[in-house]
Amino acid sequence: MALLEVTDVHTYYGNIHALKGISISVAEGEIVSLIGGNGAGKTTTLRTISGLLRPQHGSVTLNGEDLHQYKAHQLVSKGIAMVPEGRGVFARLSVAENLEMGAYHRNDKDGIADDLKRAYALFPRLDERKTQVAGTLSGGEQQMLAMARAMMSRPTLLLLDEPSMGLAPVLVELIFSTIADINKEGTTILLVEQNAHMALQVAHRGYVLQTGEIVLQDSAKNLQRNAMVQKAYLGID
Amino acid sequence: MSQRFKDIDYIDLLLWLFRAVIIIIVIWGTVAKIFLGRGNAYTADDWIDFFVSGLSQGSLYALIALGYTLVYGVLFMINFAHGEFFMSGTMTATVFVALPLSASGFLDEHPIIGMLAIMLTAMLISIGVAVLTERVAYRPLRRAPRLVPLITAIGASFFWQYFFRGLYGSSLVPFPELAVLQGKYNLFGIEILKTRAVVVVASVVMLVGLYFFVMRTKTGKAIRAVAEDKDVAALMGIDVDRTIAITFATGAAMAGAAGVLYGLVFRQVHFFMGFVPGIKAFTAAVLGGIGSIPGAALGGLFLGVIEAVGPPLFLEGLGIPGGHQLKDVIAFTMLVLVLIFRPQGIIGERLAEKKA
Repeated sequence: MALLEVTDVHTYYGNIHALKGISISVAEGEIVSLIGGNGAGKTTTLRTISGLLRPQHGSVTLNGEDLHQYKAHQLVSKGIAMVPEGRGVFARLSVAENLEMGAYHRNDKDGIADDLKRAYALFPRLDERKTQVAGTLSGGEQQMLAMARAMMSRPTLLLLDEPSMGLAPVLVELIFSTIADINKEGTTILLVEQNAHMALQVAHRGYVLQTGEIVLQDSAKNLQRNAMVQKAYLGID
Repeated sequence: MSQRFKDIDYIDLLLWLFRAVIIIIVIWGTVAKIFLGRGNAYTADDWIDFFVSGLSQGSLYALIALGYTLVYGVLFMINFAHGEFFMSGTMTATVFVALPLSASGFLDEHPIIGMLAIMLTAMLISIGVAVLTERVAYRPLRRAPRLVPLITAIGASFFWQYFFRGLYGSSLVPFPELAVLQGKYNLFGIEILKTRAVVVVASVVMLVGLYFFVMRTKTGKAIRAVAEDKDVAALMGIDVDRTIAITFATGAAMAGAAGVLYGLVFRQVHFFMGFVPGIKAFTAAVLGGIGSIPGAALGGLFLGVIEAVGPPLFLEGLGIPGGHQLKDVIAFTMLVLVLIFRPQGIIGERLAEKKA
């Protein structure tokens, strides 16, 4: 059985039918990538999984447990962490306080301290700036902070929403190699990206989303060779 | 050069004129008072007295202003029922705790325990009223347009006023006088009314305590996180509804304590006592920069001092009789001035686009 199972999910924004029956499964240890253009429903999918949105129809299960009996804030202790679109760091909290908020649901002081050390080891830049308020960090540093903060909850499933958005190419490389590292240490990842090129390089499998529907799903290697994906998302004619 | 003049429209000009007139009036009045000796002749002790009474009144404003600022910080809503949180705790504590304790003589035998009991009761009742109001009246409107909770808050304010009028009647209830707080302290040769000194010290302790709570504790950090982004806070595992309720409770606790201190100074409480201090504290919060905790403290103290020192200083200097009755005019003129010329307040930051 897959770790995350999204089955025939329909989500509405008011009257707008944003997700029209989406089914995704993510097995433990995988990196699965969700690619698609603007307004395809990528972010909506992640927000539905993380509990910020309620689906009208369909189910989302983690390890077989239905997630929508819980509120968004309760899902963190179920093992889901999300790095929201636009990073969502708390601009007026310090770097250290942001990381502390990532571990909000935990009470094991020693474990939190260990994870804090790990986060600083993963991103030494954050260590240098831990007393600085997060709003003064650069875009790349904020992305690192958002990822480190999500990892502070010790998630089994990490949802990443456009981690490469607005970053310089060097930083995009760094972020994606970190994603691969985090995955190797045992965290399952569901990645939403416009940068299909990078996303399919790091992912094991991928789904292509168009106007609220899954139009294609395959291994990342096959998707990279798929003519439609090449034309629409990889810029290859 | 002509281009520069073209960019100035007549509203700007009018506002500049308005500002200049106010400044000239204040300076003129002050100069007339100090150098020409208009109005009553005050001794140095009198001025110190004005200042200290302003400080104690201002620290009450500061305590109440915190509630406005905290709630505004997380919900971007002006909770106009906050004055009633202030009133409800004190009214209840006076009727059910202070008067019986005073009648039995316990309050004079053990003034500290007695006062703590009164304060604790007031704070708990205020918290109860605040949490109930938030749960019943505000939470269902969390996603409504911003005008809706504002109007609801005004309705809630009336509801609580007349609810407590129904409970305790519309007459003034005397707040007991403590024997130990009669008279004055002598501080480096300066005579200070004991009640005023107690008010200032208690307020400062609570302000510092609250600042520590919000900046250092996990719950305080969660409040700040919720203030910035509720969705992301929820993704961190923060229970947003609970955190907002805690924010209301914190502000109400401060208001409840301020109510008891108000009782100590003015020695009477009644169902309408929350209205004017509530509006004044709102003014103080805006003055300091709404959303900012040090701003609320500073705005409160500043407003209190200006209200107390302003009338004898520049109003008397202008030859205006009965200046003290015009202290509300000073307070609200300042509110208007701040809203026109520095809407972010003394130390507030400009609102980010998201919040504006």
